[in-house]
Amino acid sequence: MSTDPSQTFPATADELIRFDKVTKRFGSNTVLDNLCFSVRPGKHVTLIGPSGSGKTTILRMLMTLVQPDEGTITVHGDRLFPADRKQVRAIRRDIGMVFQQFNLFPNMSVLRNVTEAPVRVLGLSRDEARERGRELLDLVGLGDRCETRPAQLSGGQQQRVAIARALAMRPRILLLDEVTSALDPELVAGVLDVLRDVARTTDITMLCVTHEMNFARDISDEVLMFDSGTVIESGPPERILSAPEQERTREFLGAVL
Amino acid sequence: MNGWDWSAVVDFMPRFRDGLILTLRVLVLGSLLSFTLGLVWAIGFRAGTRLVRWPVHAVTEFIRNTPLLVQLFFFFFVLPEWGVQFSGLTTGTIAIGLHYSTYTAQVYRAGIDAVPAGQWEAATALSLPVGRTWTAVILPQAIRRIVPALGNYVISMLKDTPLLAGISVLEMLQQSRLESASTFQYTEPLTVVGIAFVLIACPASLLMRALERRLVH
Repeated sequence: MSTDPSQTFPATADELIRFDKVTKRFGSNTVLDNLCFSVRPGKHVTLIGPSGSGKTTILRMLMTLVQPDEGTITVHGDRLFPADRKQVRAIRRDIGMVFQQFNLFPNMSVLRNVTEAPVRVLGLSRDEARERGRELLDLVGLGDRCETRPAQLSGGQQQRVAIARALAMRPRILLLDEVTSALDPELVAGVLDVLRDVARTTDITMLCVTHEMNFARDISDEVLMFDSGTVIESGPPERILSAPEQERTREFLGAVL
Repeated sequence: MNGWDWSAVVDFMPRFRDGLILTLRVLVLGSLLSFTLGLVWAIGFRAGTRLVRWPVHAVTEFIRNTPLLVQLFFFFFVLPEWGVQFSGLTTGTIAIGLHYSTYTAQVYRAGIDAVPAGQWEAATALSLPVGRTWTAVILPQAIRRIVPALGNYVISMLKDTPLLAGISVLEMLQQSRLESASTFQYTEPLTVVGIAFVLIACPASLLMRALERRLVH
């Protein structure tokens, strides 16, 4: 996994996600500045860094919710911006995302939140989708809440439904955008446990933005430290989180740990 | 001042019934038209291309900012010169539905805008097709919020139906004037019509409120 932000950025054969000199500005604020990094299949990569350093924007670009101003993004070799609709759809279908604010559909039951897209997009039969949906809700510990409306669940439960909903699409890539930041402290553990399970038992590639450093340490193969729109340091979690080389990383970890 | 004459009320009943039926027809069909067309405009406001957004804005602003009576006259007297001719009733229903669709469009728009951006993003993340996103995710949440406001426009539309008298539609008020013109009794027909407006408006608002309760879980 190459993460040198400066000059040479050789393509490796088996990379799944690749950001090549990606720049994104919001107004006069440069959120991502010539960003280069790549992720190999099945890896769990955690993005850490101060707020506003562009971590979430990276996930949102992969989900095609935001466009880069410059640079190229490819997902298993297919370019994302620009791309024709068909290609965008195909790439999107491989990617699932869990949001900070859950974003469950409040007008649908929990089970239908999980079955809607598999039925409409993957073309599963209703029964098939419901059966799979129940399995996934069981997996996240909510098998008995299928007919409940999201509003009647706690934040932690809603986030676990959101995880089940994303998994129901059988993504190859799962994007986790500060999934515990909106939760009461006592609900965080339940959500992280579910994600640890997913990380351990599946071969889904995960990109994770989080401030939970213990969680990052548990699941990550690699940690990328962001500052001012670029990766300033990267490596295995043991090294980055315990013995970082950059002063900026030490400062940041001192503040969050 | 004359006393109240019950026989005048009784005499007015056949005309009143005809007028009532027409008023209700205009109201029901006009409401349906304004609800449907308003939704079309509201979705047009959000179209990806300016080629759709801009004309939709122009047309709805134009209609919204000209008086209904002018539009009624235009449709009834001017369009036939271009070979487009309908009965007064059809013209009136279309004109009132079209006019009010520009108000309901704003209501729909507010309701749609109030659906959090996260809902669109979640739909994108799940690859839901655009049409399905509208029908299964956005509109069910938007419409729940806007039923009370739509109800207000139904009442308002009811109270605008007498304008159709101007294009020779024999709705309730026009019937009462015809009655008065032949009997010289103004009090009874006008009172009956006034009460009828209240009696239609009240159940209409109750109906909308019941709908609102049903939609809000």
